[in-house]
Amino acid sequence: MTTTHLVDRIEKHSPKAPGVSARVETTDDVEINTPEKVCGMGHRMKRKEDPRFIQGRGRYIDDIKLPGMLHMAIVRSPYAHAKILSIDTKEALAMKGVVAVITGHDLKAAGNLHMMPTLMSDTQPVLPIDKVLYYAQEVCAVIATDRYIAADAREKIVVEYEPLQAVVDPHVALKDEIIVREDKEKQTNHVWHWSAGDRAATDAVFAKAAHVVKQDIYLPRIHVCSIETCGMVANYDKAREHMQLYMTSQAPHAHRTVFALVSGLPEHKIQVISPDIGGGFGGKVPVYPGYVICAVASLVIGKPVKWIEDRSENLQADSFARDYHIKAELCADAKGKLTGLRVRTISDCGVADAAANPSKFPAGLYSICTGSYTLEAADVQVDGVYTHKPPGGVAYRCSFRVTEAVHMIERMVDIMAHDLGRDPAEFRLANFIRPDQFPYKSPTGWEYDSGNYEAALRKAMTMIDYAALRKEQLEKRKKGELMGIGISSFTEVVGAGPAKDFDILGIKMFDSAEIRIHPTGKALARLGTKSQGQGHETTYAQIIAEELGLPAADVQIEEGDTDTAPYGLGTYASRSTPTSGAAAAMAARKIRAKAKKIAAYLLEVGEQDLEWSVDRFRVKGSPDQAKTIQEIAFAAYTNHPPDLEAGLEATDYYNPPNLTFPFGSYICVVDLDSGTGAVKVRRFVAVDDCGKIINPLIVEGQIEGGLTMGLAPALFEEIVYDENGQNLTGTMADYLLPTAVESPKWELGKTITPSPHHPFGAKGVGESPTVGAPPAIANAVVDALWHLGVRHIDIPITPQRVWKALREHGVTG
Amino acid sequence: MSTHQISLSVNGEAVTREVEARTLLVHFIREHLELTGTHIGCDTTSCGACTVVLDGRPTKSCTVFAVQANGRTLETIESVAKGGKLHPVQEGFWEKHGLQCGFCTPGMIMTAKSLLEKNKQPTEMEIREGISGNICRCTGYNKIVEAIQYASAKLSEGA
Repeated sequence: MTTTHLVDRIEKHSPKAPGVSARVETTDDVEINTPEKVCGMGHRMKRKEDPRFIQGRGRYIDDIKLPGMLHMAIVRSPYAHAKILSIDTKEALAMKGVVAVITGHDLKAAGNLHMMPTLMSDTQPVLPIDKVLYYAQEVCAVIATDRYIAADAREKIVVEYEPLQAVVDPHVALKDEIIVREDKEKQTNHVWHWSAGDRAATDAVFAKAAHVVKQDIYLPRIHVCSIETCGMVANYDKAREHMQLYMTSQAPHAHRTVFALVSGLPEHKIQVISPDIGGGFGGKVPVYPGYVICAVASLVIGKPVKWIEDRSENLQADSFARDYHIKAELCADAKGKLTGLRVRTISDCGVADAAANPSKFPAGLYSICTGSYTLEAADVQVDGVYTHKPPGGVAYRCSFRVTEAVHMIERMVDIMAHDLGRDPAEFRLANFIRPDQFPYKSPTGWEYDSGNYEAALRKAMTMIDYAALRKEQLEKRKKGELMGIGISSFTEVVGAGPAKDFDILGIKMFDSAEIRIHPTGKALARLGTKSQGQGHETTYAQIIAEELGLPAADVQIEEGDTDTAPYGLGTYASRSTPTSGAAAAMAARKIRAKAKKIAAYLLEVGEQDLEWSVDRFRVKGSPDQAKTIQEIAFAAYTNHPPDLEAGLEATDYYNPPNLTFPFGSYICVVDLDSGTGAVKVRRFVAVDDCGKIINPLIVEGQIEGGLTMGLAPALFEEIVYDENGQNLTGTMADYLLPTAVESPKWELGKTITPSPHHPFGAKGVGESPTVGAPPAIANAVVDALWHLGVRHIDIPITPQRVWKALREHGVTG
Repeated sequence: MSTHQISLSVNGEAVTREVEARTLLVHFIREHLELTGTHIGCDTTSCGACTVVLDGRPTKSCTVFAVQANGRTLETIESVAKGGKLHPVQEGFWEKHGLQCGFCTPGMIMTAKSLLEKNKQPTEMEIREGISGNICRCTGYNKIVEAIQYASAKLSEGA
């Protein structure tokens, strides 16, 4: 079958009106139930947090200045693997303004604080005793009265090393010829093995398959590189025995608990405050050695100590993302129906498994890798391996390892479609999970809550005029021009998570909200999450406005101070709306239930005689008889029913019954320069379905930002090491972030398929585009080159890689 | 370490201070003057979070010494709103959701304001090129471009 015939076939499908998905309807329109002055869900409300940011009045970690504050600078290793022979601190300590130098021996003497647990219950060094295990590892720290003096003193510390051979490639590490972690009981670099699906069933499916495609895919190390680096101001008050920790934390409560467990300080004497955060994306989830050294320094010296990373420290030593070496096989029957998936993956952990995954999921939610397609069986196996590289495995604006999963399945489906001579869009439509199959049980055990993949892909095809593009491509090809069209129809899995399966260090992954309504009808709400730019001060206020009819402008949102906010697991993995957003709605509903009792008392009717309307309870059949939420709030403190407690407040700890499964279809058009190998993204249409929308303006912002963070690893970003484990990409001049010039004008569309189990049907959106965009771009580039014999190019697809592929396949122009 | 006395105009006010020769302008602004709206993102002139306006030109203050600002006119984000009224560029960023975490925003606003002072009605590509020295990790730039277009329209109305 030729491509032309397929174009004809696709044209015959007129875009259908969005249809039904199990119990939930798919629509195109954002629902609005409240007037503008209330600004509940669905309104394009301008962000409440913005006035301070646009006037330079944000308060980030480096803006915090306490009386008598000292500054910390860290000495880092120039080797990836070396013995420390000596650390000479004499000259540094003699300098005016230098207060202390802290080494691994000091931390060991202070109660074995030289090692710390990771979020995956592994261990990692805070400061080394006798050996360094990765390039840029913390070796010791200087504390001084001034930032410049601390930096000067750092230069005066003389560390003698005996370099040792480093093992950088995880395949070599698996030979166990050099052991990375000699401190471990088991002398092997193999950290863990994890599997999902059914091996025997998958083998059986492959045995009878008509078509099999195989591909090795490497998703390299990348770095979130938030524009604000990490930092801390630790302030130990000896008289009060109280530790105040300002830190760049996406999970302040979890970090307080970790500090309590590591330091032995009682948890009620530790206060973590996460101020305004200049971007997180997963990089501010782990506890880094710098935080621990800084806190210990303040504890020992009894003065506030500030530590602010510079960009090179951030890029070289903080947690990376990805580093997955994937071998995938996908099979189909004679009719081209996908039937089975077999995946073997090596996860390069670096020197410790310091990933930020839920405890039971060492490879995160990678088993979502059957994607948007019905398969009979899947067999997914992952092995974690130590190497002499910085520890990590955090997300890069994506739910736990979902990007790796989506990239693999979307590349494999595309290769299969091309191999079978099928159009990639038509092939996907033929293999999608159908709307009537939801809730859908995947072969690896997930229960997808709702979806309508066909509606999203058809909408994207209409928006971009897919059929016309395929015709243009054929014409261009005749002239020798290289144009490609790439599709990605991804399924995300977010909102971790249900307590039965999801915890971090044993703490269940619920999240919380506490709402207080003041007598004058204004409100304060505090939540266990922590915005890093997502706009929580606005969206949470809109959720409460929707539920209670209080204007969103009258609802103050606070997060990030563990002394005031209810316990929560924080913001990452697109979990805030599915967990704390749900908790805010549930707490508001508890308040509404009490408000109803007060209204009944005030109106002298029974509760059964009342109905809720936007912002008031009114008497059924007599709508003029009503009490607004503001009148009820006032009465709660001035004239409450005698048999009811005064006040109007509620708390909710929300345990989600399932994860949520946002999805979407992206189509990308690229033009390649056959002379230079440069890839130009000409158009990019993104149709996202994140369920019910709280604020369309903010959702668009999340999607556009996520798309640029998907473009980045697809075309530009990679943390590169040489054979000795030296990081070659330690500045922003080497690690290339897209600017406004590289980033195309994103074209957005949406369908809305609510989550059937979330209190108001939302799913979460912040990371879908980062997950969905890279394979759309990679598929577009390969689509442009397929006729030349190119089957795959690993990301980042740099001009050099395209140029090389062209030369290998005989194109010299 | 030798120190030098410098005098300059900061947001319309005359300022005289003693600084070390090596003090970076961004540290002078943040630590000495306590104007913390100007941020540090990279130390290598790559990200633009530290952009201020020096003698009318957007300048990355992380790679300029404070002594180099002697006798010159410095404007930072704190001076952009006048008399409690937002500048059209600030309005545009708020109206069009041109910011998320807010960390790159002051530098981005200083660059955008300078761009519009030179070219009141830039094309989309001129805007994109004009802000290409400022990196935003959150927004994907669409809405920053819209924010600057909003300000451009507003400033042109007033002309």
